[in-house]
Amino acid sequence: MNNDFTKNSLRFVLLILAQVLIFNHINFLGFINPYPYVLFILLFPIGDNRTLLIILSFFLGITLDMFSNSGGMHAAASLVMAYSRPWVLRSVFGVAYEYNTIRITNISFTERFIYIITLVLIHHFVLFLLETFNVSDILYIFKKTLFSGIFTLILSLIFITLFSAKRK
Amino acid sequence: MNSANFLSGGIYTSLSNVSDYFDLKIHNEQLLEENRILRQQLFNTMDSVNVKRDTSTFDGTYQFFKARVINNNYALRDNFITLRAGKRDGIIKDLGVITSKGIVGVIDQVSNKFSTVVSILNSNSQINAKLKKSGHFGILEWDGKDPNIVKLVDVQEKAPVAKGDTIVTGGMSTIFPEGIGIGTISSFQLDASQNYYNINIKLFNDMTNIGHVYIIKNLDRKEIEILEEQTSDEQ
Repeated sequence: MNNDFTKNSLRFVLLILAQVLIFNHINFLGFINPYPYVLFILLFPIGDNRTLLIILSFFLGITLDMFSNSGGMHAAASLVMAYSRPWVLRSVFGVAYEYNTIRITNISFTERFIYIITLVLIHHFVLFLLETFNVSDILYIFKKTLFSGIFTLILSLIFITLFSAKRK
Repeated sequence: MNSANFLSGGIYTSLSNVSDYFDLKIHNEQLLEENRILRQQLFNTMDSVNVKRDTSTFDGTYQFFKARVINNNYALRDNFITLRAGKRDGIIKDLGVITSKGIVGVIDQVSNKFSTVVSILNSNSQINAKLKKSGHFGILEWDGKDPNIVKLVDVQEKAPVAKGDTIVTGGMSTIFPEGIGIGTISSFQLDASQNYYNINIKLFNDMTNIGHVYIIKNLDRKEIEILEEQTSDEQ
């Protein structure tokens, strides 16, 4: 428990720093920015308290909002993502999820891929919908969601592979 | 919540302490260019009589401050810039922010050491601007897409609009003095009502690379505002 606590707090701080100092300034092709800070929500221990995750996601989002002057867009998107995580987990992993036996590091690549892309797309869609706040630009929102989503997905997969402890 | 607080301001400052070095060359060139223009004005004075100014007292309308940009966004729809200058440097809300090339935005939130700027690349930014040649007014807006292009809307259909014309600030507000450069017309068309032009403007400023800015304070502002308030009260 103590180990988990330290690990998650460290992850929280490091992901926010990486997001505001590096990933907010990538601007690939002018408008594509990845948001790998959502890794915090993706990697949060699955068996743990759901309420705790939602509260932490709110603080994760609002901290980022403070850095990027975005009102509450990141907070809202993170909340929606954290709230819908149990459903995504259940539909991707089925029974295994009910028994709390899965870890993000020891599932198959396909499952990991679907799990991450679903949640990332939910998060990005809410984020860009709130950012644009104009239904007539819905195509632009979809475009941005898709491209940024793919970018975030690739970075997330790389991070998970790089920073997961090897276990035999 | 905004980035003009000690935590995010502090973090952005330490980042910019490092990353400023990468842009030193460009910023030096910008300064040289500005010095060149100022020198040109200095040695080609409009007045034939050389008036020596008493610089020990300040009697102008506009006071200028300088500030360093510690965070700048341009890929969002509502972009903000964070400056390392705040209340202790004399900055207050609603001051105009420019570079040597053109306008940047308007001060929004101010803390003791930092302040945030509503960039002209922000969908809430509305700045009074005009055609330099004919003086027809319009409102400067941004549609959230290209960081080099802004829009001037509500320009009368009678105005003589031509590609390449210069757009400057209008001076109808107390935020910017009149005649600060904004950009040149890249394309234009009449709007749906056929009565007003929508003009696309290519900015003079490269909004993606801003190192240092000037902040303009209009010292007559309070007087103008009080007067306008009284006028509208009486009616």
